[in-house]
Amino acid sequence: MSENEKNVGLFVTCLVDLFRPSVAFAAVKLMEDAGCSICVPQRQTCCGQPAYNSGDNDDAKAMAQMVIEEFEHFDYVVAPSGSCAAMIRVHYPDLFADCPDWLKRAQALAAKTYELLTFLSDVLHVEKVEAALDRTATYHDSCSGLRELGIKQQPRKLLDSVDGLELIEAEQAERCCGFGGTFCLKFSEISSRITDDKCDDLLKTGANTVLGGDLGCLMNIAGRMTRRGETVEVRHIAEVLAGICDDVAPISQGKG
Amino acid sequence: MELNAHNFKENARKALKDDDLQASLQKLGSGFPLKRLAAMDRLPEFEGLRDQARDIKDHTLRHLDHYLEQFESRVIETGGKVHWARDIKAGRKIVHEICEAVGAKTVTKGKSMIGEEMAINEYLEEKGLIPIETDLGEYIIQLRNEPPSHIIAPAIHLRKSHVEEAFRKTHTDLPKDRNLDAPEDLLVEARAILRKKFIAADVGITGANFMVAETGSTVIVTNEGNGDLTQTLPRVHIVLCSIEKVVPTLEDCTTLLRVLARSATGQEQSVYTTFSTGARGETDPDGPDEFHVVILDNGRSRMLGHETHDMLRCIRCSACINHCPVYQSVGGHAYGSIYPGPMGSVLTPALYGLEKSCDLPNASTMCGKCEEVCPVRIPIPKMLRSWRKKQWEDGPVPMVERLGLNWWTWWVLRPKLYHRVAGWKMRVLALLGRKNGHFKSFGINKGWTKDRDFPAPEGKTFQQLWSEKGGRRL
Repeated sequence: MSENEKNVGLFVTCLVDLFRPSVAFAAVKLMEDAGCSICVPQRQTCCGQPAYNSGDNDDAKAMAQMVIEEFEHFDYVVAPSGSCAAMIRVHYPDLFADCPDWLKRAQALAAKTYELLTFLSDVLHVEKVEAALDRTATYHDSCSGLRELGIKQQPRKLLDSVDGLELIEAEQAERCCGFGGTFCLKFSEISSRITDDKCDDLLKTGANTVLGGDLGCLMNIAGRMTRRGETVEVRHIAEVLAGICDDVAPISQGKG
Repeated sequence: MELNAHNFKENARKALKDDDLQASLQKLGSGFPLKRLAAMDRLPEFEGLRDQARDIKDHTLRHLDHYLEQFESRVIETGGKVHWARDIKAGRKIVHEICEAVGAKTVTKGKSMIGEEMAINEYLEEKGLIPIETDLGEYIIQLRNEPPSHIIAPAIHLRKSHVEEAFRKTHTDLPKDRNLDAPEDLLVEARAILRKKFIAADVGITGANFMVAETGSTVIVTNEGNGDLTQTLPRVHIVLCSIEKVVPTLEDCTTLLRVLARSATGQEQSVYTTFSTGARGETDPDGPDEFHVVILDNGRSRMLGHETHDMLRCIRCSACINHCPVYQSVGGHAYGSIYPGPMGSVLTPALYGLEKSCDLPNASTMCGKCEEVCPVRIPIPKMLRSWRKKQWEDGPVPMVERLGLNWWTWWVLRPKLYHRVAGWKMRVLALLGRKNGHFKSFGINKGWTKDRDFPAPEGKTFQQLWSEKGGRRL
């Protein structure tokens, strides 16, 4: 890597690593195009959200320590997920509130950790991407990204630069999709009801593509859409911005 | 009411299948939130007011003893009396003793969540008194012998037909063939019935949205005017409130009033905002001969300095409830507590014990909408999480959840093994799911696949592909 390049550690997130590696490759492409050198530490798995949101702070801390040790030497740490980035940015410092040494390290890491879209827009000042997609899309604002990191305009602005893509706002774009991490397993019936409302609202736009920035929410929405027999395509926004939609089938849909 | 929070899952399941309830909830979800937004648009300084409102409550809670004592002194100076109730039992006893001392038979009641918390109606009935709710919603649910399903719209779960049915069943001295088709007909009938009760009542009980320390006033907001009739017509006025309702000054009260109605119903202010200060003075044209304020603790002082301390800022506007996707799906009764929705999921464990309400702090997607709309900026998700932490540490977590999470933790803390196993597992899954791109059912994941397909992985994991590609590593 050259001296001018930003040394970025990619926090892949467990869902992207396991279920949709294309999202991570798209993220890598977008950041490399903007002059970053991407490194992927192997000693990374989960940011600790499931444990943290279940009240298991001790294990969440153990996971956080692993992430801190592995990522604190980068210029920036980027995750293609609002909720994982928010876990590191907002909640790691909370976790170590009464442990001064780790608190310092958690705060330092938090300060340089970004969700992909905010990193592209707010840090790298990317205004447009070289991509084309002849579809109509609607964007779902995932809760953590929206409310904990303020992700709202960044994805829309970048999508605006995709050739041929028409963006239609859903009335309730900011309403929760019902995923909620372990919530969808613990309270699956309530979760499905919320997801159904979300699907109805997204479909009302008439858009043929649903985009978002968090794979958990997208798998939840896509899973409900295909169960309902809807043909709308659900994708992570990075796939569109990197122009790789032809290479990977929409979430929950087969290659035909 | 009896706490029924331990049945949350079962209650929720029923609620999801109740078409009438679902229709009512649909209306609520699109009603109050839109009105709130419109009210905010009309008031550019709304965000600043929220900060002020939060600061006022924080300041008051830091000096709670001082302001409560100041309030008591002012009430005494204006001819009233303050009664301190450590718990529900003490509160009920005080109210009954006041009623007994004046030989009361009929008691009218304005809407009061503290009254609900004390289950004061049931208690007074047991003691041979006749309590009558005068808020229309409360009156309806009293007739139906139900608890409220919402803190400001207690009968929000009902349709017009339910109200008609309750009226016909209760108001038996009215002609059977009377027309009750229009909502106005129901309103006129309730009004006529309640008017007689107001006049007959010996004691009027109201709640209080605020207690003002500098004047010894209690404040209620209503939209029906029933509160005014409840507290001015009878000889005795009893105010039921709780320790955290005190604010230092009238000015502070006004600031809180400015965010209260806007956050609740989107009104600039409620139709009636009524200040009650002391008993009827010599020159007053009307008012009660006796003015009693019963201040309930019931576990609140334990919240001071505790992780749920900030919840004591709550002004009961219901914005968090109105905006909560879980509440909008299952309604208030599912929570099995008089305080439903996000605020209730923090408050109920604090007041009644976590062991009796352990589902509630978990019944949230953590979407954060509640915190976003709270006029006093209460970090509700953070407090839900603190209850979950206590649960995890102290025990009441279902075994399957504990084992599931421990299993996940075990794997993720062993990255080498994790990646090796995940690598082949995902390849197998991808192979099995490649045709449809998803699974209709998926082993242990039944909750998910009951209503949703489970998306299949692409194939190799990113970590595998990155290694194969020779991508940069540490």
